[in-house]
Amino acid sequence: MSSNKTHHGPVCLSGRGVTKVYGFGSRKTVAVDHVDFDFYEGEIVSIVGESGSGKTTLAKMLLGLTSVTEGQIYYQGKPRDIRTRKKKKEYWTNVQAIFQDPFSSFNVFSKIDTVLLDCINMRGGRHLPRDKKIELMTEACSFVNLKFEELTNKYPFELSGGQMQRLMIARIFLLKPKVLLADEPTSMIDACSRATILDMLMNLRKETGMTIIFITHDIGLAYYVSDSVYIMEQGKIVEYGSADEVILNPKTYNTKRLISDVPKIYEVWDLSTV
Amino acid sequence: MKNIFYQIFHSQKFVAGFSILMIILLILFIYPLIFPGDPLQMIGLSSFSKPGIYVSVYDAIDSEPSTMKLPDADVKRLMKKLSNEDRLAMKEWLVATGTPEDVIDILDTDGLLKLWKDSYDPSLKPEGMTLAKRNYYKRLNASLEKAFDYSRIIIATKDEETGELNEEKTVSSNDYININDVANVVYLPLGTDNFGADVAKKLVSAAKTSIMIGLIAGSIATFIGLTFGLLAGYVGGIVDDFIMFITNLFTVIPGFILLILISYGIDQDKRGAAVVALVIGVTSWTWTARSVRSQVLSLRNRDHVNLSKLSGHGLARIILTDILPYIASYVVMALILQISTAILAEAQLSMLGLGPKTTERPTLGLMMNWAMLYSAHTHGYWWAYFPVLLFIALISFSLNLMNTGLDQVFNPTLRD
Ligand SMILES: Nc1ncnc2c1ncn2[C@@H]1O[C@H](COP(=O)(O)OP(=O)(O)OP(=O)(O)O)[C@@H](O)[C@H]1O
Ligand SMILES: [Mg+2]
Repeated sequence: MSSNKTHHGPVCLSGRGVTKVYGFGSRKTVAVDHVDFDFYEGEIVSIVGESGSGKTTLAKMLLGLTSVTEGQIYYQGKPRDIRTRKKKKEYWTNVQAIFQDPFSSFNVFSKIDTVLLDCINMRGGRHLPRDKKIELMTEACSFVNLKFEELTNKYPFELSGGQMQRLMIARIFLLKPKVLLADEPTSMIDACSRATILDMLMNLRKETGMTIIFITHDIGLAYYVSDSVYIMEQGKIVEYGSADEVILNPKTYNTKRLISDVPKIYEVWDLSTV
Repeated sequence: MKNIFYQIFHSQKFVAGFSILMIILLILFIYPLIFPGDPLQMIGLSSFSKPGIYVSVYDAIDSEPSTMKLPDADVKRLMKKLSNEDRLAMKEWLVATGTPEDVIDILDTDGLLKLWKDSYDPSLKPEGMTLAKRNYYKRLNASLEKAFDYSRIIIATKDEETGELNEEKTVSSNDYININDVANVVYLPLGTDNFGADVAKKLVSAAKTSIMIGLIAGSIATFIGLTFGLLAGYVGGIVDDFIMFITNLFTVIPGFILLILISYGIDQDKRGAAVVALVIGVTSWTWTARSVRSQVLSLRNRDHVNLSKLSGHGLARIILTDILPYIASYVVMALILQISTAILAEAQLSMLGLGPKTTERPTLGLMMNWAMLYSAHTHGYWWAYFPVLLFIALISFSLNLMNTGLDQVFNPTLRD
């Protein structure tokens, strides 16, 4: 796509003419409109856009949770094939997600143990002895500063929003996917937990080297965490490039406006001290 | 979970409905223990005996009497003898023969009789009075005279050969017998019906059968509706189209008409209570399917379902653990409503003569049907149909009340 990206690793996820249309007739909504993108392995990519610009819809298509109306998504250079249940499951061991709203992300009838055990099973740990499973779950919880002994036999809704989002990261810790789609993982929680969550995500990436596709409407945040940035507007990608390129030299009016909304953009943020 | 039960049992409507239902069920189980016996047995050789306690006259005569002199015994006898119509007729005579209307009080038995004795004369022919009417007055007078005749009644046996009467016993107006000494006493709290069967016993047994029909039909309808609704809503696509096609087919043909047609198509001999329950269940699942489907449609795009997919769960597991628990409360409510409508549907079907066959087991609908066929309502045999109606109404009222209560608990916007 872009000529000045020779320093990138191999392409991990990419798309050509990806489109999503909801409804038909007079109620037709084009949520994502012929977008092209290349996400490279090991990168942190931010997708930035206003509310309703189609970020979540794009993420759902990337995850294979909703069908692609038109266009093609490529995974590791080949057209993505998730038509059978087996292939879907395999895809989902490699591509995982954290959702926007922690309160609606968990089944309120399943215990926390179940959530974590599912991840172990997904990684092929179904037949591990019970002690080993508990050891893994304890490790995952302590990675996100939670105590498994306190969580076992509890339900997710007994946790706070921040704790739930940490539990989500514990899931990712157990799953160790190649790609993580984080759809505004911090937009529903307070500023203090937000920094902790981001910090944990960055630590996890350092450990596993996974690609993170970070969806946000906060361009300041995007600038500090990402290598490259895609700006979405009304279902289209209007601008993309390295974080510095896009944010320090915005080309479109809309990007300029997004940036001017963030007052602290040129000050240095140190995530670990917030 | 505990919290939900707490809330449910603090919803006044649910508790009220639940209590009514429990009281009804308690009656249904305790009554047969107190009054055992076959509810269909035709004990009465005449039909529609009034509610009350029936004492065998034969046994009563045989029992040893005690003599008692009660001050108001005679007045009571007279009062029983004089029906309201008789009193009105007496007033009519008195007015016709010149007694001023304002001195007559038909409720004052003593006064009325005194006036009657003074002014009745069978030879008088008041103007415009027919012969039949005058004969009626003669009979009335005779029966009143008999009531004042305190002579003993003789019980006699008849000699087969000579035709001679042998006095066995005399009964005086002061003889009383203890009801406990009478060998045969029948309690008929709701009288008998056209077959001469004990209505109360039959009602209890019928209510049980009707509730069973409701439970079976309601469960079948809920099961079919739930399965179709879950599949149509969650799987979508062709499955959805196909299921909705069938559902629409069933909806376009009104359920009750379909019910009538199917019931009509099944031979009466084969139409047991279970078959009727099956037919009702199979024709009434559509609205459950529709509403479950729309609930599932709004659930299937929720993030917890997406997360479940991402955790590698298959269709069955997602439906059972991520969808079903979320609509469980709704399904319970639908079940309660289905039970209530099935009980009513059975009653309606039976009243049309399309209910279960009549020889096996009574149902509430069949009792209504027979009461109607024998015009119990026009003859004033209220005991043959009113308690049945009351039972149907109470059962369906209590179920609907429980449903409203649950709705308020599960639907926070309806809470008051
Ligand atoms: N299931 C759906 N059916 C119909 N329209 C939808 C559906 N999901 C999203 N849309 C529409 O698609 C458009 C894009 O929505 P999307 O959720 O992708 O936005 P977003 O960028 O994630 O916004 P936000 O920042 O508020 O999360 C919106 O106009 C929305 O109304
Ligand atoms: Mg979104």
